[in-house]
Amino acid sequence: MNNSAKTVFGFWVYIMTDCVLFASLFATFAVLHNNTYGGESARELFSLPFVLAETLILLTSSFTCGLAMLAAHRGDKVKVINWFAVTFCLGIAFLSMEMIEFTKLVHEGNSWTRSGFLTSFFTLVGTHGLHIATGLLWTVVLLVQVMRRGLTPSTVKRLTLLSLFWHFLDIVWIFIFTIVYLMGATSV
Amino acid sequence: MNKHAPNVVPDHGAGQGTLKSYATGFILSVVVTLAAYSLVVHHVFTGWDLVFALIALALVQLLIQLIFFLHLGNESKPRWNLIVFSFMMVVVLIVAIGTLWIMDNLDYNHGHTPSETDNSIIRDELIKP
Amino acid sequence: MLGKLGLDAFHHDIIVLGGVMTMLLASLGIIALLTYTKRWKWLYKNWLTSLDPKKIGVMYIIIGLVMLLRGVADTLLLRAQQATSVGDSTGILTSDHFQQIFSAHGTIMIFFVAMGLMFGLINLIVPLQIGARDVAFPFLNSISFWLFAAGMALVNLSLIVGEFSAAGWLAYPPLSGLQYSPGVGVDYWIWSLQIAGVGSLLSGINFFVTILKMRAPGMTLMKMPMFVWSVLCSMIMVIFAFPILTATLAMLSLDRTIGTHFFTSDFGGNPMMYINLIWAWGHPEVYILVLPAFGIFSEIVATFSRKRLFGYASMVWALGAISFLSFIVWLHHFFTMGAGADVNAFFGIMTGVIAIPTGVKIFNWLFTMFRGRIKFATPMLWFLGFVVIFTIGGLAGVLMSVPAIDFQVHNSLFLVAHFHMMIVGGVLFGYFAGITYWFPKIFGFALNERLGKYAFWSWIIGFTTAFTPLYILGLMGATRRLDHYDKSLGWQGLFAVAGVGVLIILLGIGFQILQFVVSIWQRNKNLDSTGDPWNGRTLEWSTVSPAPFYNFAVTPHVTDRDQFWADKQAKTTAAKPHYEDIGMPKNTGMGIVIAGFAFIFGFAVIWHIIWLIPLALFGIIASVIIRSTDDETEYTITAAELAKLDSAHKGQPA
Repeated sequence: MNNSAKTVFGFWVYIMTDCVLFASLFATFAVLHNNTYGGESARELFSLPFVLAETLILLTSSFTCGLAMLAAHRGDKVKVINWFAVTFCLGIAFLSMEMIEFTKLVHEGNSWTRSGFLTSFFTLVGTHGLHIATGLLWTVVLLVQVMRRGLTPSTVKRLTLLSLFWHFLDIVWIFIFTIVYLMGATSV
Repeated sequence: MNKHAPNVVPDHGAGQGTLKSYATGFILSVVVTLAAYSLVVHHVFTGWDLVFALIALALVQLLIQLIFFLHLGNESKPRWNLIVFSFMMVVVLIVAIGTLWIMDNLDYNHGHTPSETDNSIIRDELIKP
Repeated sequence: MLGKLGLDAFHHDIIVLGGVMTMLLASLGIIALLTYTKRWKWLYKNWLTSLDPKKIGVMYIIIGLVMLLRGVADTLLLRAQQATSVGDSTGILTSDHFQQIFSAHGTIMIFFVAMGLMFGLINLIVPLQIGARDVAFPFLNSISFWLFAAGMALVNLSLIVGEFSAAGWLAYPPLSGLQYSPGVGVDYWIWSLQIAGVGSLLSGINFFVTILKMRAPGMTLMKMPMFVWSVLCSMIMVIFAFPILTATLAMLSLDRTIGTHFFTSDFGGNPMMYINLIWAWGHPEVYILVLPAFGIFSEIVATFSRKRLFGYASMVWALGAISFLSFIVWLHHFFTMGAGADVNAFFGIMTGVIAIPTGVKIFNWLFTMFRGRIKFATPMLWFLGFVVIFTIGGLAGVLMSVPAIDFQVHNSLFLVAHFHMMIVGGVLFGYFAGITYWFPKIFGFALNERLGKYAFWSWIIGFTTAFTPLYILGLMGATRRLDHYDKSLGWQGLFAVAGVGVLIILLGIGFQILQFVVSIWQRNKNLDSTGDPWNGRTLEWSTVSPAPFYNFAVTPHVTDRDQFWADKQAKTTAAKPHYEDIGMPKNTGMGIVIAGFAFIFGFAVIWHIIWLIPLALFGIIASVIIRSTDDETEYTITAAELAKLDSAHKGQPA
């Protein structure tokens, strides 16, 4: 059993645990989503076109991450750095849009202290955002390592882990998009 | 640790993609995303029909991304990645569905006017006068 | 500047001060001993920074046993209070102090004694039993241990600085929310568990991958020792249950720090959601604890009956069934909280069903003993004690699985007696048995048998005396966590008997401490020269004792279950070993650093020392990044060096 395969498998198992963590937050959101305590509901608060744009940006970043990994397996260091840089920029765009949405909500009085609904919304979406931020930091650190040492078995292994993480975050977003925003907009 | 072999690609057991698989996955995902969005914006379904449609689309996109981006099922036997993923799905379903069932049921014995509560208990538990 | 931290955090009553003094004196004693014997460097180089799972395992067990002393001290105080606080007397403790004590008691026993002993034994034995040299991720293993230690440190710090939670070992809201617990107690509880919990989760991943991917060639899953199977199932449960704990503790913490409304009674919060989630973790947790104990008993019963384990395949099946079922019973912890009959019935039936695979295991152990040639060594005695106590407690559990009955005895002392019989009779007895059984393998000499037997008999007599009255009291209507009751109830006699039982348990602990001291003193008389003091069956007994740091000079090749036993029966003469270069992980202090920053982070959040929070977080992230830039985390032992080490260990000429 070579080292790389062991590490990639171990990281996959960690991602499975992260899925259970998100499931707990989703379950909490499902239970609390109608508890607006007299405040505005999801339908009134969320802008679907805005969220669609976020979704497509993140989805594209997942694709560019895949392109980066193809380059990594070809040993093409320049393409790896370029495609991960694009992924990074798309990730920053996603996070910025999310920050804009959060700031607007807080300024109009709809922060996490307003109701059970908003508490669970900010925590679920915010936890996803924290994971994205972590992924972005990780991307920077890894790109520096790739620039310094090139594409060694070790750095390619680490890039593989990062790409698994990034794809996983896009998958979690599918469910946030569907359950929080799309279903919220129709007040199901 | 061989750090001086720049083009050695480690075999990490999980599948690897091709340009075709990533591109296919990306396009399919965009299509499914736009489909879900359209369903809502154009009010194609309502109520529980809408819920099921959206969940179905989400599950389809989950599968697309699992297969085309995460290469699940592409690995050599024994397929530990797939097995661990399946276990996780089972646990997630148990916790999510269990939670919704339990939390919705906690006001079984109260929460409405006394006669409403009585009537629902009589109906649920098939109590015959 | 220092948030909520001020001099009043150090104001304590006389009993707490007693605990603080004991802790400080013991710590000072250890520091003095290390300084006098000039062993600081040795401690740092050989133990604290070691990535050898055997060393890490010993450290886990030491912490577990020390925390057992603190948990038992809590027990003595609780029993003393309940035996004396009757009628006009209010006993020796204030109500608030009593509540902190039972909260600390449960928290410490589950998270630091049981989990500590469990991960300790897993670290010690699993790599050896699967013929591996190490775990899958040695550095992660070190982080896990030090995070556990950081959690332990926070719990103990709460005794000195501030206070502990008074909300029970699971801290239900609204009581554990900011409004009703405004002090730092619940925050100490949250962060010591959150930090230790991350350590547990990482260990779950580590040992899961280790068992799946690092078995010796030829050892298929169905040839693994039962202990390894039980650990595999337990780690799978850790992987899927602990994230629920992480999420739930985080949510409670957010409620207490930034004003969220997860579990508040107003603003749309739902306190029952906490109870639902915490038990969705909590029930698998108790099976996480008991399954490795079952695995230990499988090893011990086979060895000391000098007979193959009966029904290996059904034992594996039973472990799998228990693991799965443990995820669909959690509502039985709150049958009385409002659910309708259909929900209660489903979870009640599932709870009853889980007794079936458990029963299969008990019968298989008994069938193993049947027509065996039984040796009643101390580990076997712990097993026999387990059978009696666990079965009685388990029957009580099956009774309570019926919701209608549970409505009568929920949160009474009947319940308390049940779960203590499971955890002490099952988990603790199992880990005591494992420590006694594997001690020679790790340290090279055996523990004193006579004192071991005295300890066992004191424990079982004391435990039965302490808990039988509780069943009766529970049926008489005594609820749990009572710090005072009326004389007319007639309960005092039974509480007094229970108190005597705990004193007998204390005698047992005294014998255990004496056993360690005497055994170490007399170690040269009890040397394990063969590596196989019990005539064992599995691979760990094929190495010398103490096992060398690399476990196996040559990776064993496996064709049978109980390979070592098969080799002994066939009297296969060992062929001349063929050595190869091996890579071993280098020592590192980074685990201590990361956990240290985690400790500071927890402390900062608890005391609202705002500026320190991002600093500690930065420390954690920076340490991880710095470690990732380290290329030289392994060193090589050449085949020649290995040959020399191997011959030296076996006492042969090179």
